[in-house]
Amino acid sequence: MTLRYTALDRVHRALGATMTDFAGWDMPLRYGSEREEHNAVRTRAGLFDLSHMGEITVTGPQAGELLDHALVGFVSALAVNKARYTMICAADGGILDDLIVYRTGEAEFLVVANASNAQLVLDELTARAEGFEAAVRDDRDAYALIAIQGPEATAILAPLTEADLPGLKYYTSLPATVAGRPALLARTGYTGEDGFELFVAPGDAEALWTALSEAGADRGLVPCGLSCRDTLRLEAGMPLYGHELSTELTPFDAGLGRVVRFDKTTNGGAFIGREALEKAAEVAAAEPPRVRVGLVSPGRRVPRAGMPVVAADGTVIGSITSGAPSPTLGRPIAMAYVDAAHSAPGTAVAVDVRGTHEPVEVVALPFYQRAR
Amino acid sequence: MSNPQHLTYSKEHEWLTAVEDGVATVGITAFAADALGDVVYVQLPDIGQTVTAGETCGELESTKSVSDLYSPATGEVLEANQAVVDDPALVNSAPFAEGWLFKIRLDGTPAGLLTADEYSAHTGA
Repeated sequence: MTLRYTALDRVHRALGATMTDFAGWDMPLRYGSEREEHNAVRTRAGLFDLSHMGEITVTGPQAGELLDHALVGFVSALAVNKARYTMICAADGGILDDLIVYRTGEAEFLVVANASNAQLVLDELTARAEGFEAAVRDDRDAYALIAIQGPEATAILAPLTEADLPGLKYYTSLPATVAGRPALLARTGYTGEDGFELFVAPGDAEALWTALSEAGADRGLVPCGLSCRDTLRLEAGMPLYGHELSTELTPFDAGLGRVVRFDKTTNGGAFIGREALEKAAEVAAAEPPRVRVGLVSPGRRVPRAGMPVVAADGTVIGSITSGAPSPTLGRPIAMAYVDAAHSAPGTAVAVDVRGTHEPVEVVALPFYQRAR
Repeated sequence: MSNPQHLTYSKEHEWLTAVEDGVATVGITAFAADALGDVVYVQLPDIGQTVTAGETCGELESTKSVSDLYSPATGEVLEANQAVVDDPALVNSAPFAEGWLFKIRLDGTPAGLLTADEYSAHTGA
């Protein structure tokens, strides 16, 4: 498969980025030290190209009803300009993708899917739209997506726009003009920090990137790659599709049952996956099979996805889904699914790191939470 | 970063100093360190351990992955660089200097190693 290149490809190359194939996109992995990029987002600000994310626009008088039918969330209840984290599930309750849905108008929603699942989500939404007075549009090529994340993000962005940034609450968006270019400006992110995501025309991406870079230079803004995005989201306890989320798991299995809105009133309360998810909710409440937990290691070897989690007697009790050296905590951290009996914070377990059992402790998620 | 002319190189991206009194120093190249990203953990062979050319003798862990460390030559480990164990970032900041990994007493003459120019060609640099 040929790689796809974002509208900011030339910028990444000029910055000397190390590139990587991510879901068929040639994306910046890091520009310099990924640890310094991570720390910049925690303490100052970082600039990300997220143009690989899959934008799908749903319009029409029944757009909200369609999304209530197709997704597990109560999307039609969102006020205009509000956004919500949600999921699309199969009829058996398995997670097909996790999504953010922005209500951009009375009859218009922007669905943002993971790059790896964007085609699947587009196909599913298109199929599920049958019978609804709504249109599903592939807008992947209509947008570049730039994120500015970190405690200095607001101060850097403010001089470039007349938008009311203090009034733009977390998980809201509004159409704005930034550095003279139109953008859908959203206060969302995947780093555990305050910040913004700017959906812009691909032709405006370079100009906006440059304007933000220049505006942020004095405040320590640095370009950031996908490597630090992964450690940032891991510290924030946020799941990543293909790691913590899969078709084998329901939202309840993943500890994210709160996204499933059985209280929806549209379509008579029916939505795809409802019956299976009601059963999954009961099982999760009564006798959860495995539980998503955080693990912290006092050592230096890093638990990695796929490594077995073992009890003191060596019995395999779970599996690592994501792991990395945490720049903020200064030690290795991981997320894992473990048997419920071993899932309480404070429980001592171990990870089989290439044959050696490295002791780790179960901790509550997230590993990191910003001061508000 | 260019590859110093006075070193020899393995295709697995280790370097070896010229031999003095049968002893040589081993490290990984700037190319390898850059490909790894920030190194966060270094496991070196034990002092007294015999290492074999082309075989794994330790590991280097970075943010994204863990990689085996291969010995570029056969011999007995005389010294491991404690500074790099304590501060693995030295592998990134000074791969050809303070970021050296271990010293070995060579068993015979190392074979199959590359000159700096050959190694540069090997990495496409």
